[in-house]
Amino acid sequence: MNYHAIKAIYYFEMARTVRTIMQSIVSPVISTVLYFVVFGAAIGSRISEVDGISYGAFIVPGLIMLSLMTQSLSNASFGIYFPQFTGTIFEILSAPVSFLEITIAFVGAAATKAVLVGVIIFITASFFVPLEVQHPVWMVTFFLLTAITFALLGFIIGIWADNFEKLQFVPLLVVTPLAFLGGSFYSINMLPPFWQNVTLLNPVVYLISGFRWSFYGQADVSLGLSLTMTLVFLTACLAIIWWIFKTGYKLKA
Amino acid sequence: MRWRVALVQMQCFQCIASLFCSQLWDPMAPIISVRDLQKTYSGGFEALKSVSLEIEEGEVFALLGPNGAGKTTLISTICGLIIPTSGSISIGGFDTQADFRAARRLVGLVPQEMPTAPFEVVKDQLKFSRGLFGLPRNDALVEQILKDLTLWDKKDSPIMALSGGMKRRLLVAKALAHEPKVLFLDEPTAGVDVELRHDMWRVVEGLKEKGVTIILTTHYIEEAEEMADRVGVINKGEIILVENKDALMRQLGRKQLTLDLAEPLNEIPEPLLTHGLSLEDEGRRLVYIYDTQGERTGIASLISALSDAGIRFQDLHTTQSSLEDIFVDLVKVKS
Repeated sequence: MNYHAIKAIYYFEMARTVRTIMQSIVSPVISTVLYFVVFGAAIGSRISEVDGISYGAFIVPGLIMLSLMTQSLSNASFGIYFPQFTGTIFEILSAPVSFLEITIAFVGAAATKAVLVGVIIFITASFFVPLEVQHPVWMVTFFLLTAITFALLGFIIGIWADNFEKLQFVPLLVVTPLAFLGGSFYSINMLPPFWQNVTLLNPVVYLISGFRWSFYGQADVSLGLSLTMTLVFLTACLAIIWWIFKTGYKLKA
Repeated sequence: MRWRVALVQMQCFQCIASLFCSQLWDPMAPIISVRDLQKTYSGGFEALKSVSLEIEEGEVFALLGPNGAGKTTLISTICGLIIPTSGSISIGGFDTQADFRAARRLVGLVPQEMPTAPFEVVKDQLKFSRGLFGLPRNDALVEQILKDLTLWDKKDSPIMALSGGMKRRLLVAKALAHEPKVLFLDEPTAGVDVELRHDMWRVVEGLKEKGVTIILTTHYIEEAEEMADRVGVINKGEIILVENKDALMRQLGRKQLTLDLAEPLNEIPEPLLTHGLSLEDEGRRLVYIYDTQGERTGIASLISALSDAGIRFQDLHTTQSSLEDIFVDLVKVKS
């Protein structure tokens, strides 16, 4: 293992976060606070409890997940896309670094940033609504698995994208709708039966459901299914990345 | 104290490891060996057609070729940026596929375009390069390299604030930061001014003295003429010539003597026909081509023959065919 290389890339990426602190940390926190104000306080006060939990508290796991997913995705995709855009990727590709080390460094940095944002949002939320975490170990597990999985997905998108439009396309047109329709703001039991079944095709449902269960012990789908689906998603991303480096797809001619 | 000893031991380990490797590896063997290397791009373009090449340790090797000849493809393939279609490459005895870590650790690459991360700080970029190549932090070395390349006063500047010439030197500094044994310079002086070009030549000279093997591609022939020990010419994906530069210049080097005549001639007079002269510029110039390697240049007898024939000249000068002429001839003939 080339630990120096992992450290170098990781620090490089983290330094970028510090440099763009407004964009990296402050802006997701502000937008989440706005969600709270609008959905939690203004609209939430008119909604009765969901599954025995106040609406304001009910949306907290979903909101954290929403930021965690979008943050890890955008950080990882931008992190690997930008060196390709500037051409500086040549140095990484010609260095004695294996694909595993490159992936660990980029994905690790993106996941770290997303986790930071998630923790800040968790703390912010605790000022608005009383929070309880019934299963902290599971909470951390889902938290980390989601951050890593979406950072892996972002990494794939960053390699695939050959312009800024494509880089924005997947997060905006695929992940955000899936996250919104994945039960961030509602329990899928609130949907008509037909749409409940359709929703089960959405992978985000399993992540949010598992995460919410770790808070309140209430879930739309079983814990085992949530965990399995998350791991399937993670493995699929790893397999795609392995294939990318094996074939040199978009990275090496 | 103990951990300090351990640290020193760890640093020594690298030296010992490299010594060990160099013992395993025959010092007389070429540092880079390319065998039957072939690259066909996915579009079907055959960029390299079975290239074989050996680079000796410590030499400066200039790879010449017209645009699109395959220079950059060859370099990029050796450095691992392009996956070869077939063939093998070894660096310092390590195969670039099977033993990619050991092979790549020896190599520094300065690419033709100047890809830089605009928001990064100069000094940090050198540390980054060291880290990528698996080396621990070494601030003294980073300082030395930046000073050698006259970038020290820019150490805390973001890269976007650097001029083109500074960016080029930064890329050299980044490559040197990980202490390569072999340095690839792809068009190191493309688009830089004369002063900077000479600076770059000075840098290359210094590296050569330290025993770094240098492979540079260029289409400025004078650059090869100035710096190289050996010259390789690549055209249409094939190496068409590899030769010691001086030998090449000698083999193909010809001199031309031009005499500006006081009075124009209509034709070359009878007694001078045996000298192989040609008349140019409407009879105002006599041109004599001779071989610098010949036992006799024939100049003395020509001059006395001219004086016997009563031909006076106002001026004379000689020119030597440059590597450029040789190169143009080669590429023309072989294609």
